Amino acid sequence: MAGVFVWWIGEGQEDRPLMEHVRVELARAFAAPVYLWQSPERPRHAYDERRKQWHTTPILRWLGEAGPGTGKVLGITDRDLFIPILTYVFGEAQLGGTAAVLSLARLQDDVARRGRRLLEDRAAKEAVHEVGHAFGLLHCHVPGCVMTRSPAVREVDDKRPELCADCRAQIEATIQGAE
Amino acid sequence: MADESTRILVVDDEEIVRESLGGWLEKDGYHVEMAEDGPSALKRLQAARFAVLIVDLKMPGMDGLQVLEQAKKLNPDLAVVLMTAYATVDTAVSAMKMGAYDYLVKPFDPEEMSMLMQKIVSQQSLVRENAVLRQALKKEYRFRDLLSKSPAMQSVFELARTAARSNSTILVLGESGTGKEVLSRAIHVESPRHDQPFVAVSCAALTETLLESELFGHEKGSFTGAIARRKGKFEQAHGGTLFLDEVGDIGPKLQLDLLRVLEERKLQRVGGNEQIEVDVRIIAATNRDLRKAALEGKFREDLYYRLNVIPILIPPLRDRREDIPLLVENFLERLAAEMKKKIDGLSAEAMSAVLAHDWPGNVRELRNVLERGAVVTQGTTIQLPDLGLPARGEPHPPRPGTMASLEEVERRHVAAVLSHTGGNVSQSARILGIDRVTLYNKMKKWGLRRDGEDEPARDGESTARG
Repeated sequence: MAGVFVWWIGEGQEDRPLMEHVRVELARAFAAPVYLWQSPERPRHAYDERRKQWHTTPILRWLGEAGPGTGKVLGITDRDLFIPILTYVFGEAQLGGTAAVLSLARLQDDVARRGRRLLEDRAAKEAVHEVGHAFGLLHCHVPGCVMTRSPAVREVDDKRPELCADCRAQIEATIQGAE
Repeated sequence: MADESTRILVVDDEEIVRESLGGWLEKDGYHVEMAEDGPSALKRLQAARFAVLIVDLKMPGMDGLQVLEQAKKLNPDLAVVLMTAYATVDTAVSAMKMGAYDYLVKPFDPEEMSMLMQKIVSQQSLVRENAVLRQALKKEYRFRDLLSKSPAMQSVFELARTAARSNSTILVLGESGTGKEVLSRAIHVESPRHDQPFVAVSCAALTETLLESELFGHEKGSFTGAIARRKGKFEQAHGGTLFLDEVGDIGPKLQLDLLRVLEERKLQRVGGNEQIEVDVRIIAATNRDLRKAALEGKFREDLYYRLNVIPILIPPLRDRREDIPLLVENFLERLAAEMKKKIDGLSAEAMSAVLAHDWPGNVRELRNVLERGAVVTQGTTIQLPDLGLPARGEPHPPRPGTMASLEEVERRHVAAVLSHTGGNVSQSARILGIDRVTLYNKMKKWGLRRDGEDEPARDGESTARG
């Protein structure tokens, strides 16, 4: 199968250990090759001056156009993301599509006190979650499954970075169908 | 949360809002459709059944409140969530008054949206589950058109089901309005004779001579006005069931004639000589104490025993008050469907009064009171004054200050007594001190129904109830 490309698209310094942790967890979750993608371009057109946030819809479109052009691409940013109807989102993905995006901005809660490993774990879980959507997975009801909806950080902390058996079976069926 | 049966319609004139909200909801597994304005939303609502409508308040042309109003008419169970960029108390109040489920200010918090959707879905599944359970309960509590959860009535149903399979004569006992005819019809439908006629005759409504000809038929010229040969109810019911209502009210001659038919299964038409064989299953009913009448010599003892093969006693409503809420719900559902009117139920005050009332006219009176309530109520919940129940201990006070003719006063009084007895003609006649035939004649003359209400032809005129 084509791989998953993880691309730092933030405005601040790239967090290499975090990116590496995300890469490893994605590879484990999807049993697929996962690569770190490097490019200096940034989706600055997606910044909304009024909301002081970044709009995910143009970012996703841009990731598809400016990215590696194959497989799935996950952009990770340090900026706060939104969709027009919601005050914020942790991330967003094209359901069954190519691109996914994830923000670290709202995953920082309590990290200063509990250590940066917490941020890496949260980022890995949300990365698997968004890439799962790009593979066509919907939100899941199985407690602990990474595909359960997590509207707040506490729900992110409650789940594991893994897919439940049902979601894994669905991914395998999707991949086999595509091959 | 992810429930594929939950269809959501998102209506917003801004494509970006539709797309982002639709995409967000799709990831929860909902089936999402989108519409860009009110008219196209209403078209979709007509074409398919949605569980949730999420609609923007401010749209060009038809606004969110107008869509809400129309959508609720199409599907009253639809959960409608209004979205707006600006929160004003006035619009929120109007939206909620018009039946909106909730009101969201854009942009909303993902947690808030998530919880709202979960709340709607779990509430709707509870409503569905409730409906299924209610249906199941009703099935358990039902014997054809009769509904009861009281143990006494359950025994009645059990006995009726068993009796239905036999060919024996059944005597249904019970106060007026308890549903003696309804039970008899149910027995007929459950019996092997169900595809043959069910013929009902009220023995109290006619004079003895007329009843005789009604039951046994007559030959042409047998009496003045008998211009042609006519089959009686016995012959009409051949192969089926003959229901003799108010059998306790028939006179001595007919009692003897009836006994003969029951014994010989043969009859002669009035004025005829031919013996006609009839195969009829008799279900007789009375609100009188036939045993007492037999002991007192007012009713033939041999006929009493002929009729009393399988006696079934229907308890009065006041002895099975636990059935009242079930009956209220059932009648209101039927009335709402008949009247094409939305009726949610009784107010707490009205229900308390209904539970406390003595119901001398039993289930029939309850139905009439609810029908009146359903007609006069201004809202969807029937209030206590809508029911027109007499205050406790105050049986129908006369309306003061109206000058009326003697006949009008008489008409009103007869109507009031009929209403009070719940349409029990025999009881009303006793109270009024006249015989039943005279009462029937008066009712016919004034166009009064058994419940004391006017016949529809006389509508527009206020009735004498209360």
